[in-house]
Amino acid sequence: MNEAPNGSIETVQVREGTNQYLTFLLDGEEYGVDILRVQEIRGWEGATQVPNTPPYVRGVINLRGTIVPIIDLRQRFGLEVVEYGPSTVVVVLRTENGDDEKVMGIVVDAVSEVYNFAADEVKPPPNIGDQMDMRYARGLAQAGDGLVIVLEIDQILSGLGGSVFESANN
Amino acid sequence: MAKGSDIQNQLLDVFFEECEEGLETVETGFLELDVDEPDSEQINLIFRALHSIKGSSGSFGFTAISEFAHHAETLLDEIRSGTRGIDADIVNLFLKSGDHIRAMVEAAREGSTVDAAETQTLTDAFKRILERAAGEGAESGSRSSVTNEEEAPAESLDRTWRIRFEPNASMLQTGNDPIRILRGLEDLGSLTVVAAAEAIPVLREIEPENAYLSFELELTTDGSEAEIRENFAWVEDECRLTIEPVGSAEALVEAPLDADASDGEDQAAEAADASARAEGGEARRSKPRSGGENARANTSIRVSTDKVDALINMVGELVIIQSMLSDIGENPDPSKMGKLREGLAQLQNNTRELQERVMRIRMLPISFAFNRFPRLVHDLSEQLGKRVELKISGEGTELDKNVLEQIGDPLVHLVRNSLDHGLEPSDVRVAAGKSEVGTVRLNAYHRGGNILIEVSDDGRGIDAEKLRAKAIARGLIDPEEVMSDERIQQLVFEPGLSTAEKVSDVSGRGVGMDVVRRNVKALGGNIQVYSKPGEGTTFTVRLPLTLAILDGQLVRVGSEVFVIPLVSIIESLQIRAETSNTVAGKADVYRLRNEAVPILRLHDIFGMDCGGVDASLVGKLMVVVESGQTKAGLVVDELLGQQQVVIKSLETNFKSVAGFAGATILGDGTVALILDVPGVMDQAGKSRPRPRKSKTAEPQPAPAVG
Repeated sequence: MNEAPNGSIETVQVREGTNQYLTFLLDGEEYGVDILRVQEIRGWEGATQVPNTPPYVRGVINLRGTIVPIIDLRQRFGLEVVEYGPSTVVVVLRTENGDDEKVMGIVVDAVSEVYNFAADEVKPPPNIGDQMDMRYARGLAQAGDGLVIVLEIDQILSGLGGSVFESANN
Repeated sequence: MAKGSDIQNQLLDVFFEECEEGLETVETGFLELDVDEPDSEQINLIFRALHSIKGSSGSFGFTAISEFAHHAETLLDEIRSGTRGIDADIVNLFLKSGDHIRAMVEAAREGSTVDAAETQTLTDAFKRILERAAGEGAESGSRSSVTNEEEAPAESLDRTWRIRFEPNASMLQTGNDPIRILRGLEDLGSLTVVAAAEAIPVLREIEPENAYLSFELELTTDGSEAEIRENFAWVEDECRLTIEPVGSAEALVEAPLDADASDGEDQAAEAADASARAEGGEARRSKPRSGGENARANTSIRVSTDKVDALINMVGELVIIQSMLSDIGENPDPSKMGKLREGLAQLQNNTRELQERVMRIRMLPISFAFNRFPRLVHDLSEQLGKRVELKISGEGTELDKNVLEQIGDPLVHLVRNSLDHGLEPSDVRVAAGKSEVGTVRLNAYHRGGNILIEVSDDGRGIDAEKLRAKAIARGLIDPEEVMSDERIQQLVFEPGLSTAEKVSDVSGRGVGMDVVRRNVKALGGNIQVYSKPGEGTTFTVRLPLTLAILDGQLVRVGSEVFVIPLVSIIESLQIRAETSNTVAGKADVYRLRNEAVPILRLHDIFGMDCGGVDASLVGKLMVVVESGQTKAGLVVDELLGQQQVVIKSLETNFKSVAGFAGATILGDGTVALILDVPGVMDQAGKSRPRPRKSKTAEPQPAPAVG
């Protein structure tokens, strides 16, 4: 896979002090992910259901010969489930967990913008109770009038590996 | 151990690999050798292997190896030249030495040290044997006196040796410098050198790269002859060399080492050698062993150039077809439809063949795993005091390299088990009217998409009653349970059950049968035992040929397509009302001939919504599958085609999912999940914990034993 070496991320930060973020919409909110982790953006074309997995795992798709899981981010975040529409897209992301690299797709309502945020512009998330599971938020950043929730995407999939899966099995 | 830091690791790797090959030749050579009528060709073969190990380890600076190998070589040389007979003890000594050299090579590879005591013991053993011939003649007599002195370095007897050293003209070209050798000798003691310059031609005829000088040396040293020879180790083949103690009338060693003496034989043996190699195929190549070596073996694979050339040809054809097709694509024309179809058909053939050939690269003959057994059986039978004949067949059967590497240890355990527990001691055998010599058979063959490996013996068999009693004592089975002998026998794979009354050195340690079964299962296979009391036991290991591709039956359940591995399918049928029963209100059982098979609805197990399942099973399609001894019927909505599927891991980007062995990509690009039949059965058992005992008391997948 076309992995961006960690070094290059570092150089971008050192040189410009900013990171680029791809944002997408989910139930009216804008979420951002580090653009270097985005592998591609695809339309929703369906997925093969995988029994014995939690409902937010929509299934797996064939991404040029490898099997990639698709996560419905609305369901993952406990938001209202909606029908997929024409703007529904799958953002294919590369996640890292130690040495373990995995590719997954997240289903979101629509892609939005690409922003530049300096490191200090991403503020740690405030404690807003358990409205949304803040484990997956790295921070919040101001973009124009709105707020962008910057996601810690490595957590989204690693959450799949442990307790979530087990509990869904029972 | 001196390690040449300037020597490239690559060369070293080749050296290690060659040593391994050589040692294997030595080992198989001795094992096949008929002690009563040794085949001189075979001894030559062994000798050459040993000699090249000695030579190359010397040139790589592993002097300990070459010194040790030298002792073995000396003895073997005598056997080869017919001045000494061979017996079982000598063969054993050589086998042990082979192991020791292997250990030394391994130590050299890892930079560790080897058991020096073992070196000494074996070296002494060689010396003792060499001495033993003392009475045979004056020549050996003088030799033995010398070795005596070697053996007692404490006496530090100085001795004068006369050495005649005539380098071949080409010696310098091979990078060997006589002067360096002389300096090396000088380190051993006081040296006088007389150079003979007669051979030097007139100046204009001198080839600067030729060696013209020969040397008469007198060396006074307390070193052994071996130490002196060591200096010449690199150039043995490139010079005439005589070493004799001053005062001794007879030469100690038949002079020019082996370069001249064995040339003729070499050629004669060459043919035999070649054919032997062809026979053994690649069998002598580094075979998988255990531990660290396995890890290394995993990383590379030796492929014959034939196979690679064939691939290149295939790829060439692909390129041609591709250009033809893209030509049609660029200038679409209805008249070219025929050509397009033709091209696509070619492409299909080509791709399939390419796939098969690529897969074949991973396929290796099972002889890689079988090779170790003659030795193992030889050693074990000695240790156990049983006479055993090992019969190997089907060693050319090919299977996937990964499977091959992982099946070795389970097979070792099975063979050990057969020897230790299966075969009776000779007296018992004779009393039972059997041949004194027990037979252990290793056989491998293909059946369907599987490779079957059988380990059988003609021993006492498994005592079902004893096993049953033990299983009951351990609480593994219900004392009330009615079980066929066949089913009871399968209990040997349960942890903690052994029919052996005593745990022996041979089988009591390490893996047990349960571990064997676990390993086999991990490879996607299964193992069964069939035994007839008094007649013998056969273990059958069934393994998929390859881990990467399987033959699958495509089925539809709800809206999804699943793949059921063909190997686990017994049959597919339509459920008729009179053959299915509902037991205890809920669980369904199908009467398949005389067996009661639980019916599993895949919809339920997979929690799939399929628009209100029709409670009635009548008319539904059912695929009867088998896992080990357990059968089950899987209810599906539709049977689609059968095809080979490439197994893709779900874990690469996701995680393993219970009930599935992986996924595959179908012709239309969509993903289909591959059922893991044992997993599905387990899951069915868990999700419906209600007892599902049928009238015939068919027990469900053996209860998990803590």
